[in-house]
Amino acid sequence: MQPKNRIAVSFSGVSRRFGDVQAVDNVSFDIADGEFFSMLGPSGSGKTTCLRLIAGFEQPDAGHIVVHDVNVEGVPPYERDVNTVFQDYALFPHMTVSENVEYGLMIRKVPVPERRRRSQEMLALVKLDQMGSRKPSQLSGGQRQRVALARALINRPGVLLLDEPLGALDLKLREQMQEELKALQRQVGITFVYVTHDQGEALAMSDRLAVFNRGRIEQVGVPAEIYEHPATAFVADFVGVSNVCSGEFAQRLAGSAQAFAIRPEKISLTAAGELVPDGWLSAAGQVRTITYHGATTRYAVTVDGGGELAVMRQNSSDGRAAAAIGDAVRVSWPRNLNQPLAEPA
Amino acid sequence: MSAAAISRISSIFYQRPRLFLSLLLAPPLIWLGVIYLGSLLALLAQSFFYIDEFSGFIVREFSLRTYEELFTPAFGDVFLRTTLMAAAVTVAAAIIAFPIAYYMVRYASLRMKALLYLAVMLPLWSSYLVRVYAWKLILAKEGIVTWFANQLHLGWFLEAILSIPVIGGPSLSISYIGSFLVFLYIWLPFMVLPIVAALERVPASLTEASADLGASPRDTFRKVILPLAFPGVVAGSIFTFSLTLGDYIIPGIIGNSRPFIGQAVYQLQGTAGNIPLAAAFTVVPIAIMAVYLLAARRFGAFDAL
Repeated sequence: MQPKNRIAVSFSGVSRRFGDVQAVDNVSFDIADGEFFSMLGPSGSGKTTCLRLIAGFEQPDAGHIVVHDVNVEGVPPYERDVNTVFQDYALFPHMTVSENVEYGLMIRKVPVPERRRRSQEMLALVKLDQMGSRKPSQLSGGQRQRVALARALINRPGVLLLDEPLGALDLKLREQMQEELKALQRQVGITFVYVTHDQGEALAMSDRLAVFNRGRIEQVGVPAEIYEHPATAFVADFVGVSNVCSGEFAQRLAGSAQAFAIRPEKISLTAAGELVPDGWLSAAGQVRTITYHGATTRYAVTVDGGGELAVMRQNSSDGRAAAAIGDAVRVSWPRNLNQPLAEPA
Repeated sequence: MSAAAISRISSIFYQRPRLFLSLLLAPPLIWLGVIYLGSLLALLAQSFFYIDEFSGFIVREFSLRTYEELFTPAFGDVFLRTTLMAAAVTVAAAIIAFPIAYYMVRYASLRMKALLYLAVMLPLWSSYLVRVYAWKLILAKEGIVTWFANQLHLGWFLEAILSIPVIGGPSLSISYIGSFLVFLYIWLPFMVLPIVAALERVPASLTEASADLGASPRDTFRKVILPLAFPGVVAGSIFTFSLTLGDYIIPGIIGNSRPFIGQAVYQLQGTAGNIPLAAAFTVVPIAIMAVYLLAARRFGAFDAL
């Protein structure tokens, strides 16, 4: 991400209510120009509503939204310098791929030769140059996704909004498109605002991300910061896998009731009798289940005196498991890896 | 039949889906093929026979004599009158039905939508004849329309409309305007329902996508909604157009007693006993509809299907 001073999108104290549901609750954040910014959260957490507020499909009940120094209050979608890639792609079924891509230019009365040239360029960029005369119904899901992207990008918007654009694709294609999207964003240099419920996707693609929960933002930061230093129990639990320990359990493990999170891959698993280095926390327990995941194996360890910890180990080349079900084991980890949480779980 | 036998038959059908399908489809196909298409072909054949002028008997041999008789100026007026009326009714029905359908699909709550469906369908529950006669009373010179216009001191306006040449007349119930209004009322549900069905299939996200790409509501309507709903409008227009072309009751009760195609057919096969000419007359609306559908296809009305 290039450091730029300009703010692309700014929310200050934005709220939106639908009937009894407070979809967005006093949300504030800034997105820098040229940034790949993700809004991550479970369904109903307000992330899509925020996207629709930027696009102009919704109006805030309170607060202000500024897009590239323009207060967009009351500005209809068709007068905003943003374009959207919809979750269901929303391609026009009665138009060919080229006509779909040219739609924005056609509306702005760009002369036909220039339209043709730019749509050809755009289709080449998303590797669909041979598909211009087809109808959307003749394309695969991945191809439709690219058309939707080309249709939005051809207008050279100030901000591109993407609403779970990879949600309908299968895993392999999704991973491939993640890389392509990220490369494309660097190439065109446009601010991307990306909505997803897939934490892996958000971590892999974003410059920064905001984690949403119940209409509020729990934490904003770069992916490593969100993963390594989750601020709340929700973030620790939603982004990746975490052992969230609080109350009496935290007291027993760490000697303080302050809630903390510890990642399963940070915990080492040893035989019950082995020594633990200085400055490490440890607990004795018993292996309850073992789940093989290919590259890693997950162990659920029941800690003596109550409570359970998940432990993840890289699988060794000889394929031997570190423990068997029912084994008495000792789990341990450096105390400084405990991530204190703002609120009890 | 024993359970085992039933299960044997079931498995025979299960293994031969084509046999099962043909058994299911045979009755309706026989009905369509023999009774409907067969009588249509018989009708077509009849139109190539002719009436012997002296004896009044039907001569059952191929001849174009009947069609020669059909294309005389007196009958030309009948075709023109009927086709223009059908076209006017169709256009007006589409203009009135579209906003109703759009409201039902996009804005109405479930409850409101059910109410509107009911409102659109309700007239179809009562007898067609009763409704047409009710309209005769409504549109009569002493009827409620005249009374209401007078209450609003708009009697002069009604008079002005009725004094328009050709479409006007002594009262609404004795004018083309009157027949037009009643046709429009009677056939409107047949336009609303197909448009609703077509609009239901246009996802709301397409409207948003269009706005997102810079299209004003007007552009969105012209470039996205209308083209996608157009097959519905065409489907509805097939109903309103063909129903108006063939109707012989409404112009007989309300209007200026100049004949429409349906009335001509009715008189020719009944009082006049000229079956060949009646048959030739009914071929005309079929031909008009065929031309209409071809033109609609040419203009891409079915592309979005």
